[in-house]
Amino acid sequence: MTRTHTDEFENPVDRRPALILDKPEFRSITDAVVAPLDAPTPIGWWFVFLPALCLLGLLGIAVSWLFWEGIGVWGLNIPVGWAWDITNFVFWVGIGHAGTLISAILFLFRQRWRTSINRSAEAMTIFAVMCALIFPGIHVGRVWLAYWLAPVPNQMGTWPNFRSPLLWDVFAVSIYGTVSVLFWYMGLIPDLATMRDRAKSKIRRLVYGIFALGWRSSNRHWQHYEVAYLILAGLATPLVLSVHSIVSMDFAVSQLPGWHTTIFPPYFVAGAIFSGFAMVLTLMVICRTAFRLENIITLRTFDYMSKIMLVTGSMVGYAYAMEFFIAWYSGNPYEMFAFTNRALGPYAWAYWTMISCNVLSPQIFWFKRARTSIPILFVASIVVNIGMWFERFVIIVTSLHRGFLPSTWGYFRPTIWDVSCLLGSFGLFFTMFCLFVRFVPMVATAEVKAILPQADPHHAPRPERTAASTLRPEPVGGGAH
Amino acid sequence: MALLTHDLPPGPDYGLLAEFERVDDLYRACERVREAGYTRWDAHTPFPVHGLDGAMGLKSSLLPWIVLGMGLTGAALGFGLQVWVHSYEYPLVISGKPYFSWPAYVPITFELGVLFGALGAVFGMFAINRLPMHWHPLFNSEQFERSSDDRFFISIESWDPRFDAVATRRLLESLGAREVTTVGAA
Repeated sequence: MTRTHTDEFENPVDRRPALILDKPEFRSITDAVVAPLDAPTPIGWWFVFLPALCLLGLLGIAVSWLFWEGIGVWGLNIPVGWAWDITNFVFWVGIGHAGTLISAILFLFRQRWRTSINRSAEAMTIFAVMCALIFPGIHVGRVWLAYWLAPVPNQMGTWPNFRSPLLWDVFAVSIYGTVSVLFWYMGLIPDLATMRDRAKSKIRRLVYGIFALGWRSSNRHWQHYEVAYLILAGLATPLVLSVHSIVSMDFAVSQLPGWHTTIFPPYFVAGAIFSGFAMVLTLMVICRTAFRLENIITLRTFDYMSKIMLVTGSMVGYAYAMEFFIAWYSGNPYEMFAFTNRALGPYAWAYWTMISCNVLSPQIFWFKRARTSIPILFVASIVVNIGMWFERFVIIVTSLHRGFLPSTWGYFRPTIWDVSCLLGSFGLFFTMFCLFVRFVPMVATAEVKAILPQADPHHAPRPERTAASTLRPEPVGGGAH
Repeated sequence: MALLTHDLPPGPDYGLLAEFERVDDLYRACERVREAGYTRWDAHTPFPVHGLDGAMGLKSSLLPWIVLGMGLTGAALGFGLQVWVHSYEYPLVISGKPYFSWPAYVPITFELGVLFGALGAVFGMFAINRLPMHWHPLFNSEQFERSSDDRFFISIESWDPRFDAVATRRLLESLGAREVTTVGAA
């Protein structure tokens, strides 16, 4: 582990290598995270923000033109009634899953390395869900009637169909967005108080102060706060697993060969975590260098993340193989055709792009040298996200374009407005992320401080305390406490 | 009870504020303050300190019960809404399914349970902690600003029955406090 220099500072509490490097003090953590927010806007930030803002403008134009002219400006048409739009939706929702995985599931598993990345991963989740929600919103055609999705009385006296996975999806994704915002904001409160207390100008003090809600670091507050955090993590864990399962049921519940498979829920969840980790990795590789957070977001963190990507990428590869096996094993000619057509038909180029990006490229993470090399991590994370976008494209478009009747076969080609919507959604995502890193502490400082060795009140026991504890007999069958 | 401000103490001073540099000093100080019988006091730390609730002798939080109640309410509302819509308000045969096709109602029931539970966790925490409270006497103290950075504090309110301006100060100083200051009430 010489490459990461992490063994030089051992945590005396549990004899594990330190997660945060360079023997930090509590104050140096605050300084490292808050300093970029106090400093004048770096020029490099504009180089990301302005192009992102231009792409956001492109999204505005593309969506306005869509509203004005109608769904016909897109390339989708019967037989391919869902195409680029729903691909983008599933792609962005999937990316959003990493934030909750890191903040909730890894919290429940006591993975303390998560503290350096959970804040930005949660922010990324929120922005990804915002991007995702655009697409089902705009693809309904008559957008001004989108409120029919909500269970509110309307002038026709009709109600939505609660038995449809499409409506489950409306609930799942919007509730997922809401809970993600709650989780993120609650985690932010202590850090907003830090920003308030350090603010030099009156305006900053006022604005951060309003959002900090008068937090005064009280332990009587921390007590309930920690309980709330734990409960939110416990609620968000089944929630995040349910969201992509429900998204997959949009497909799996329909009777279409290529969609109608029971493996979809776990396969979609694994793919979502895979793509989300890739996006977190892309963003963190940039932010870590740009904001000099190398000691907080360590190579060890990246090492762990790429192991998770290796696991989830291989699970996705297993699911691809299993789909083919089941298609053959079912003996159903339509099922077999759907999958042969997927791998060898007109969209074979998309299928093999997906396989090489999602199954082959993460195999490089078997090697430690790759897991701790910034250029390899950066390239691989982008390649994985390209692959995961293609996965959704392959599932949606190849299953639809050749139906039961050869007379209805077709070939979907995107138009410039399809492409503009996708690029524009990246504009929204990066605009939001730029604003986030500029105005909000991008590392959860209170959580990082809590994993430093000196944060444990018993890490350097006084002599009398040690003497007392050695006098006490060891409990039988130790570890019961 | 004002919503956004703290109740004012009867005297001119809010209380005493002791500053500590190390977590372990604060931890032992909290044990002593509790043993001395104080009730209206608090510890302030930039991050949650493991085991400090026990050292302060805090009772366990009621929040899980609030969340349980809210979660069950949300789930019941979600299930009730679907039953009401499909069985009473707008009965419609879809895919030959019965009006009361409860397995299809499970996802939305679950989602609404989670939503209400999460709202209960966050807003219940705010309510128990009486947040937001944008004004508090402790904010009068300049060194208290470091409570969100790298210092640890114990505050003892002047209307604690055991409070005595001299004796309490002596106690805090004897516990290794770096500095003990009086915090004004206004």
